[in-house]
Order: sequence, then structure tokens, then C-alpha cells
Amino acid sequence: MSWTRKHLLDIESLSPEEIITVLDTASGFKDVGKRDIKKVPALRGKTVINLFVEPSTRTRISFELAAQRLSADVINFSAEASSLRKGETLKDTTRNLQALKADMFIIRHSAAGAPHFLTRFLDAHVINAGDGAHEHPTQALLDTFTIREKKGRLKGLNVTILGDVLFSRVARSNIWALTKMGAKVTLCGPVTLVPKIFEKLGCRVTHRIEEAIEDADVINLLRIQHERQRKTFFPSLNEYTALFGLSKERLARCKSDVLIMHPGPINRGVEIDSEVADCDHSVILEQVTNGLAIRMAVLFLVNGTRVPIEASA
Amino acid sequence: MNSKTILDTADIEAAIQKIALQIAQIHPQGENVYLVGIQRGGVLLANRIETLLKSIWGKPVPVGQLDISMHRDDLDARSAPPVYPTNIPGDITGKNVVLVDDVIFRGRTSRAALDALNDFGRPKRIQIAVLIDRGHLELPILANFVGKTIDTQINDLVEVRWKEEGAEEEVVLKTA
Repeated sequence: MSWTRKHLLDIESLSPEEIITVLDTASGFKDVGKRDIKKVPALRGKTVINLFVEPSTRTRISFELAAQRLSADVINFSAEASSLRKGETLKDTTRNLQALKADMFIIRHSAAGAPHFLTRFLDAHVINAGDGAHEHPTQALLDTFTIREKKGRLKGLNVTILGDVLFSRVARSNIWALTKMGAKVTLCGPVTLVPKIFEKLGCRVTHRIEEAIEDADVINLLRIQHERQRKTFFPSLNEYTALFGLSKERLARCKSDVLIMHPGPINRGVEIDSEVADCDHSVILEQVTNGLAIRMAVLFLVNGTRVPIEASA
Repeated sequence: MNSKTILDTADIEAAIQKIALQIAQIHPQGENVYLVGIQRGGVLLANRIETLLKSIWGKPVPVGQLDISMHRDDLDARSAPPVYPTNIPGDITGKNVVLVDDVIFRGRTSRAALDALNDFGRPKRIQIAVLIDRGHLELPILANFVGKTIDTQINDLVEVRWKEEGAEEEVVLKTA
């Protein structure tokens, strides 16, 4: 099917067919990354603004490289050294950038809904690279891509998301994507970080790690954002690791073909044992490779909506 | 739209035979010939041509698959096209590459294919083989090996249906 969305703002509003379109398109772009010449002219002459109002290394570099490999020009804009620090509003900043004929905005912002806000007054394409605790759509797409590539399917798989679900946009986007694709999602972590209310999104919620991992085909670990939560949400990191860390011993009780995933950055010895992070089950680095292909696919697809769909026979 | 069959299964078989013989005439020993099928119809056709050339030359002929969607010149004027796999095994540098497509029309796909191929090496020579040449070229490009030339109006549609895709094999001309 053809893609008709001008922006990628969330997973919640996507249909399963649209998710499949992104994944299939990304397969072609993954091939490009394996060539000696890793660049194609699909977005030649386009200007992409990487607007990261909240810090990020991995996602920013991934989007930057994705745009470059599509031959677009990329401007990296970080909040620290910008007019946003001088009191300019996000709206004025982005409208100024659009006055320079920017074609696409990739935005990371601490406020949920910031990307949606931009679409109200910008003509350019807007791609959500993470908005508060709301969504991180390209992360969910690359996770889904990685699972489909490794397992050959998504439907019927047991996927466990383990860790700080409450504050995680990665968890939310993954829950939407995986349930739409027919996977069975289990959430696990401390009661304070994995409230029962998430069952309303169609997930199983458990606070016993043994129960969460024993029949899991995939375990997606989330980083404990301890800078923020250490004091309030659980007694200590050591206790967290004891109760919910993915240790070698726990891995031994998982399915023999379980996939271990993590959106990064990992905290070795906290949510994941160092040896587990580096073991054969771990696809953490492949997620990074696939993320680039997904982001190329997303930029390519939204660019195809610059004209009314009827006009493109 | 009116639609009529202009090539049936036997005609298609004969046209492919003709292409293979033309290629074998230009490259009598099959020296360094490398077939590259353009996704998707060209890939099926390239495989069929390879089968015939293999029996003529008595040796297998390398076949690659090329997707040209990222090199199109109309990406700003259409919805994003589907992307299919590209697979060019080995090295095409110094080879006699035959680009294979099912239909040549405006020549835009061939141009994109020349561009896309450029990222994989520098062939000694590139030639184009097509099942159908339907006219209306818009670029200085021409097909070297043609199965069948047909007269069409610019708004007509030419559809090639392959048995490999589960269809009854035929070429259909749809006129407004």
C-alpha cells in the first residue's frame, strides 16, 4: 500500500498496514547500508532540520546519518547553543528555520505533543524523535523490524518489556506497535514504575520477573533513569538489580531462542548483566543498525506525500 | 478501459527466445556477460533469459537484481514507491552488463537504473534488453535487445503478467 501521512507523530494512529509499509521499505534501505557506496539520491536538494531540544546522541546521529545517506542537507540544532536559550519560543524558532526553506523537522522535546504542535503552523514534514513520556515512534518501528527479521513474524510472539515503563516513551510506542501487529505484550518492573493501569492498553502486567521472562520470545529492557528515580520509586539500584536485573542465571531460565533487546544506553550491572548484554541472544547493536534503515525509510515515505496522492499515477 | 491481449504465453516465450538469440549474437562466447533485472518484472525476465543463454553458452550467467526506486527522477511528484531488494553479487566492473526490464516506455526507469548501477562499479559496457518496446522515449536511451515492438498511445497501459506471479502469462494493452 502507499503511504499518505505527511508526518510521523506517533504509532498510536498508525494502522498495521502502515507499520508493515515502513518495515518493508526499511528492508530495502538496510541493503543500501551494506554497499561500498552507502548513499542514494532520493532526498537530493532537501533540507532536514534535526531539532533536538532534549539531549540525545544515538537518535540524533541516526537521523543525521539517515538524512545524509539520502543525500539531504542536514542542520543540527541543539537547544543549549541556540535562540531558545535567549527566550525565543519553539514556534518562532521553527518558523524562522522554515523561512530558510527547511523541508523536514525531526524533533526531540521534553514536552509530550511538541511535534503535533509544530504541525499546526509549519508546512514542512514533522517527525517525532521522542516527545516527553509520550512516544518514540522510530524506536518502536526499529524494534518491531528487528523482531520480525529475527523471528520471521510478530503475530503471537510473547514480548516482555522490563523496566521503567511509567516514564518510557519507548515502552508506549512499543506497546502500540506490538499489539497492533498481534504480539502479546507483558510489562514487568517495580509496582511504582509498572502500574496496573497499563493493562488497559491490552498488556499483561506482572511484578514477578520469573513470570515475565519464562515464556518470552523477546525481552526488551528499558534503562532505569536513576538520575531521576533512585530516591522515589524504589529503595536502591542494588535492590532493583536483585529483583529485576537480567542476570545470567535468569537468562538460563528463558527460552533457548529468546531475543534480548535494549534501546540504549545500557547500564551494565544495573538492568542487564554485562555478559548478557554481549551474549548471542543480544541484538542490541543490530537494533542500532536497523534504526538507521528505519529512519531512512520514514524520511523517504513522508517525502512522497508532497503532492496530492491522486496526482501520482 | 478496453483491454486486449497482445502477446499470449507462446508469443512471450518466442519473444524471450528472440532476446536471448540477439544477446548471443552480440556476445558469441558470452564473455563477461552479466544480467541485471530491474525490479520487479525485469527480475523474472532476466531469470528466463539466463536459462536460455545458459543452454546456448553452456555455462551459467551471473544475474543480479536492481531496485531503482531511490534513483527515480519523480520522487517529488508521486507517492513513495515500494522498495524491493537490490542484489548484485560479485563485481560488475569490466563486465558486459545487460539491463533487463519488461517494458521500455519513457526511458526514465532505464536512466534511474544506469544511475543506481553506477554505485556498484564501472561496467565495460551497458546494454538494455526489454520484452516490450512501446515507444514514447523521453530520454536519449534505447533498447538494444527487444522482444516485441508495439504501437501505443501515451495514455495506454501495457501490463505484463508472469506465470511466476501466479497469473496466466500474457501481455495486455489497455486503452482509454
